[in-house]
Amino acid sequence: MTQDSYAAIMAQRAEIMRASVGIDYEKYTTGLLAFDYERLMSDTGYDVETAWAVQKMTSVGNTPLVELKNITQLVRCVSRPGKGARIFVKDEAANPSGSFKDRRASLSVHEAKKRGYQGVAAATSGNYGAAVASQAAKEGLRCIIVQEAFDSKGVAQPEIAEKTRACEAYGAEVIRLSVGPELFYVFLRVLQETGYFNASLYTPYSVLGIETLGYELALQMQEQRGIFPDVVIATHAGGGNVTGTARGLRKGGAVGSQVFAASVDLSGLHMASDYDFNRKSFTTGHTGFSMPFTTCPDRADVPRNAARALRYMDRFVTVTQGEVFYITQMLAELEGLERGPAGNTSLAAAFAIAQELDEEKTVVVQETEYTGAGKHPLAQLNLAKRLGIEVKGGDPRDSKPGQCIIIPEHPSQVAVINVDLEHVRRSYLQNAIKSLKEGESLSKIDLAFLSEETRISQTHVQEIINELTGKTG
Amino acid sequence: MTALIEKGTWVEIHNVVLQANERAPKIPDDTRLVPLEMRVKGFLVAPASIDEDAEIETPSGRRLRGKLSEVNPPYTHSFGFPIPELSTIGKSIRALLREKGQIQ
Repeated sequence: MTQDSYAAIMAQRAEIMRASVGIDYEKYTTGLLAFDYERLMSDTGYDVETAWAVQKMTSVGNTPLVELKNITQLVRCVSRPGKGARIFVKDEAANPSGSFKDRRASLSVHEAKKRGYQGVAAATSGNYGAAVASQAAKEGLRCIIVQEAFDSKGVAQPEIAEKTRACEAYGAEVIRLSVGPELFYVFLRVLQETGYFNASLYTPYSVLGIETLGYELALQMQEQRGIFPDVVIATHAGGGNVTGTARGLRKGGAVGSQVFAASVDLSGLHMASDYDFNRKSFTTGHTGFSMPFTTCPDRADVPRNAARALRYMDRFVTVTQGEVFYITQMLAELEGLERGPAGNTSLAAAFAIAQELDEEKTVVVQETEYTGAGKHPLAQLNLAKRLGIEVKGGDPRDSKPGQCIIIPEHPSQVAVINVDLEHVRRSYLQNAIKSLKEGESLSKIDLAFLSEETRISQTHVQEIINELTGKTG
Repeated sequence: MTALIEKGTWVEIHNVVLQANERAPKIPDDTRLVPLEMRVKGFLVAPASIDEDAEIETPSGRRLRGKLSEVNPPYTHSFGFPIPELSTIGKSIRALLREKGQIQ
C-alpha cells in the first residue's frame, strides 16, 4: 500500500477532515448515535443576523420575491372552483454566481479567510462550485473545485460542462473526474496536499448560510403581504436547502409555514454508474441524492452532516423530468423569467400543490437558478435524444428515467407523487441501527435523538426498531 | 515527433487516477470495468508535445504532471436544436388562459 493509495488516504479521512474544516466533531457526540446538533450549529458563532451581515459584504442575498400571477391564473384554469393558491418565487438567480448556493459558500469562504487558510476546496459538480469560486475570487483566496464531469467515453454532462466553465471564469482550478465515488479520495488528496479549507456543502457554515434565505423570505412576505406563507417548497437533494430554509423561516417568525421537499424522480438510475451518468437529465435536486441523504444524512463528506432534512420536511414529493422542463418553459413564456431547470423542480411541485389549496393561500418556491448553454432543457433533451432516450409529449406518469422523458401536453397533467414519509423514517432508522456494533444498545439519549431526527415519538421509534431487529414489545 | 507546444500555453492534462482493478470496493459493475480518469487545465511549465508527459501550473498555483491531452481546450457545451415538445408549450397555455378570459 503506497502512501497515497486509495486505502491509505481513506484511512486518514478523519484526520484530513478535522484539519480542513477546523471542527472537532467528536466533542458533540452524546450517545452511540446521538450528537448535539444545536450546539454544533451555535458553536460556529453565527446566528441568522450575523450570517446576513457577512453575506451583505459580498452582495449575497436580498433577492426579490416575485409573485407569479400568470402562472397562478393558469393553475386556477385547471383547479376546482375556489382552489388555486397564489404562487411566489424567491429569485435566487439574482445572487452573484446565479444561485442560492452563494449563501452556502459565503460563510465557509469568510471563515477560511478569517482563519488564515490560503484557499478553499469543494467537491461539487453543481452550482455550489461556481458559488465557492465566486466568493473565493472576492475574498482573494485560491480555489479548487473537484467535479464528477464526464463518462468513460469522455462525454461531459452539459450542465456540469457549464459549471466547469463558470468555475474557471472565476479563476478556480477545476479537477474534472470520470464517474465514481472515488471522487472523495481525490478530494481528500487535494485537501491533504494543499491544506485548504474544506468548503463542504454539509458543514454548519453551509447550512447556516441558507438560513438567511428562509429568514428573508419570511420577512419579505410579512412586509409585502402582511402574512407568512402557508407552504414553502424547496428543491431537495443533499438536504441543506430544506434544512436551512426551514430553520430560517422559524427564525423569521414563520413558525406555521409548512415546508415541503420536492425532488425529480430518477428512480432506477444508479448514481455511481458510468452508463447511467449521462442518462440523467438532471444533475441535482433529484431522488438519487435526496433519498439516500434523507435516510442517511451522515453519508456526507464531513463526519456529521448539518443538513438533516427529515427533521424539517412536512411533506416530500417527486415530479418527473418532463414536468420540470414543461414548467421551465412555462416560467419563461408566462412570467418572462428564463431560469435553470434544477431550481424549477419545486416550481413544478408548486404548480400541482397550489391546485389542492384555496385561492387565498400562498405557496412560495424558495429558489431559482441562472440558465445558459449546457444548463438548459434544450441541452439536456438533445443529449438524451443522442443517447437513445425517447422524448415525447404525453402523460408524464408514463415516463421512465433513462429511457423515456414525457413532456406534458396540458397543464392538468402536472402532478406530484407523494413520498411515504413513514417509509422514509423506517429506512432512516434501519440505516441508523445498521451502524451499531454487535452488542451495542441504544441509550435514552439516542432514542431522544432518533425521535428528533424522524419527528415521531420515542415510543414509535422504539416500536419500529423492535420490528426491524425482530424483537417484540 | 509532434511539434512542441510553447511554455505558458493554456492546456489540459489527463491522468488515470485509479486503474480499473484499484477502484473502490462498492461500485456498480459497469463503473468497475473502467479506470477513474482526471482532466485538469493549467499553463504549461515547459514546452511539451501532445500525448506526452507535461507539467502544468494550475490557476490555484499547483504544479501537476500528466499526459498533455489538449491545447487551449474549447468549451463546446451549447443549446442544440429546439425541441418541438417545448416550443409548442407557450402557444397552448396562452390559448387556455385566453379561453378562460385571463388574457387578451
